[in-house]
Amino acid sequence: MELDAVTNSVLKTIDASGFRQEGAYNLRYNGQALCHGDSEHIKIRRKEDKPGIDVYISGEARGEQVHIPVVIAKSGVTDIVYNDFYIEEGADVVIVAGCGIHNSGCNEARHDGIHAFHVGKNAKVVYEEKHYGEGEGTGRNILNPVTRIDLEEGAIFTLDTAQIRGVDSTERKTDVDMGPGSRLVVMEKLMTHGSQSAVSNMEVRMNGSGSSAQIVSRSVAKGISRQTFHPNAVGNALCKAHIQCDSIIMDEAQVCSIPEIDARNVDAQIVHEAAIGRINTEQLLKLRSFGMTEEEAEAVIIESFLR
Amino acid sequence: MLDVRNLTYEVIENGEKITIVKDINFTVGDGEMLVVTGPNGGGKSTVAKLLMGVLAASEGKILLDGEDITGMSLDERANAGIGYAFQQPPAFKGMTIRRLLNLAAGKDLPEHVCCDLLSSVGMCAGEYLDREVDATLSGGERKRVEIATVLAKSHKLCIFDEPEAGIDLWSFSMLVDEFEKIHREKKETLLLISHQEKIIRMADRILVIREGMVDACGGAEEILPGLFGDGRECACINRKGVGGYGIGCGNK
Repeated sequence: MELDAVTNSVLKTIDASGFRQEGAYNLRYNGQALCHGDSEHIKIRRKEDKPGIDVYISGEARGEQVHIPVVIAKSGVTDIVYNDFYIEEGADVVIVAGCGIHNSGCNEARHDGIHAFHVGKNAKVVYEEKHYGEGEGTGRNILNPVTRIDLEEGAIFTLDTAQIRGVDSTERKTDVDMGPGSRLVVMEKLMTHGSQSAVSNMEVRMNGSGSSAQIVSRSVAKGISRQTFHPNAVGNALCKAHIQCDSIIMDEAQVCSIPEIDARNVDAQIVHEAAIGRINTEQLLKLRSFGMTEEEAEAVIIESFLR
Repeated sequence: MLDVRNLTYEVIENGEKITIVKDINFTVGDGEMLVVTGPNGGGKSTVAKLLMGVLAASEGKILLDGEDITGMSLDERANAGIGYAFQQPPAFKGMTIRRLLNLAAGKDLPEHVCCDLLSSVGMCAGEYLDREVDATLSGGERKRVEIATVLAKSHKLCIFDEPEAGIDLWSFSMLVDEFEKIHREKKETLLLISHQEKIIRMADRILVIREGMVDACGGAEEILPGLFGDGRECACINRKGVGGYGIGCGNK
C-alpha cells in the first residue's frame, strides 16, 4: 500500500528500525487498521469485540520483529486501541510499537494504547515504544498508554519507551507481575517542553523467587512543562530491584520524582535513587572546549542523556 | 605562538577584592613545551582557565599567533586552535566514549583512530569505546578519556591541567611517552601544568607560579636545580634559590 509523505515521515520518527510492509506488521491510521501482514512465527488477528489486535508469537520465533505503529494525521480523532500479545515459551522477539500524531487542526488528537503482554516461560521480549507529536495546528496531542505485563518463569522483558517531543499531555500506566527467575528492564525516556505535562505511574510486583527488575527513567523538562514519575517496586519474594530516576530541569519547568520501594519479603533487596538538576556547567564547558556554542553543547547533552 | 601580558584575575568575596593571579607575563613559542609548576593554590589552574576562556581575565592580554583573543569566548578560543584538558573532567550520562571522541574531533572518527587514541592513554578500546562516560568510570579512567579528547584533533596549542592527577603509574608512564611524541614528533605546542618531575624534566622551559605571580621561569638547566636540586629543594618554596626572574618570562 502506498503511504503519503506525512505518514512516512511520522513512521520514520517513531520506528527507528524502519517500518516496512513485510513480515509481521500492523499499521493503524486515524483509528482504523490500514494494513497488516503475518510472518511464519507471528500472526496478527483483528479483535472482534473491540478495536485492536491480538498478536500471537510462536515459541519458534528467534530474533524476529513485529512492527505495530499508530499514526494519527487528523485533528479531532480519539483512538482507543486494545492490543494483546501472546508470547509462547522460548520465543525471542522484538516488538516495535509507537504512536505519532500530526495535528494540523485546532482540535484535540488522542490515542490511548492499552497493551497486555502474556509472556511465556523463558521467552525474551524487547518492546520499543516511541511517542511523538507534530503539526502546525493548535490542537493538543494526547497519548495515554497503559501497559500490562505478565512474566512467567525465566522470561526476560525489556520495556524501552521514549516520548521524543510534541506530546501535550500523557498519562502512562505500567503494571507488571513477575514470576520466578524472570527479569525486567525498563528504560523510560521523556522530553517535555512548552506547557506540556507528563505523568508516569508504574508498579512492578516481583512475585517469584529470583526475579529482578531494573527501572531507569531519564527525562528533560523545558519551558513551563510538568513531569511526575512514580515507579513502585514491590518485593513479594527473594528478588532484586533498582530504580533510578534522573531528570534535567530547565527554564520554569517542574519535575516530581517519587521512586517507591515496598519490600514484603525479608529476602527482597530493593534500591532506589533519584536526582533532579540543571545541566551540569562542567559538561557545558567541556563541550564548548570542543568549539561548540552553549546552545549546541546543551542540545548534545540533552540528546545524549535521552539516548 | 602564545603571548601573555599582565594577566590578572580578581574576584570579589564578601565585598573584598581578592587577587588570584597578578601581572602574569610569559610566552610560549611554536612547537615549544612549557611546563607550569608551583605549589597548590598558587594560581596555575586559574592561569590555564584564563588562557582557555573558562574564566575571564580582569586585566591583561592574551595573544595567539599575534591575534588578541582576550575577549573571545571559550568556544571561540577552541575554534581559534586551543585544546584543553580539564583537571577534573565531568561525567556524561548517556554519552559513549566513542561519541565524545567524535565530538572532540569535530567529525566521526574511524574505529581504528578511536582505538589508537584510547591506546595512547593506556585504555583498551574494545573494552571502553562503547562505554558511557558516566560514574561507572573511575576518576583515572575519565581523566585518560579527557586527555584522549584533546589528542583527537590537531591544535595550535594544547593545554593540559595536571594530566597526571588520578592516573596510575603504568598509565602515567604511557602518558609521558605520548607527550614526548606529540612534542618531539608532531612538534605541537604544549602547555602542561604539572607537579611531576618526569613531565617537568621534559619541558623546554619551566614557569613557576607562586601566590598568583610568576616566581621563576627559564630553561630546565636553570630551574631544575632549584626544583630538584640538593636536598630536592623546591624553587617555589625558596624563591631565592632560583631568584632574579622578576614577574615575567619570555623565551627570546
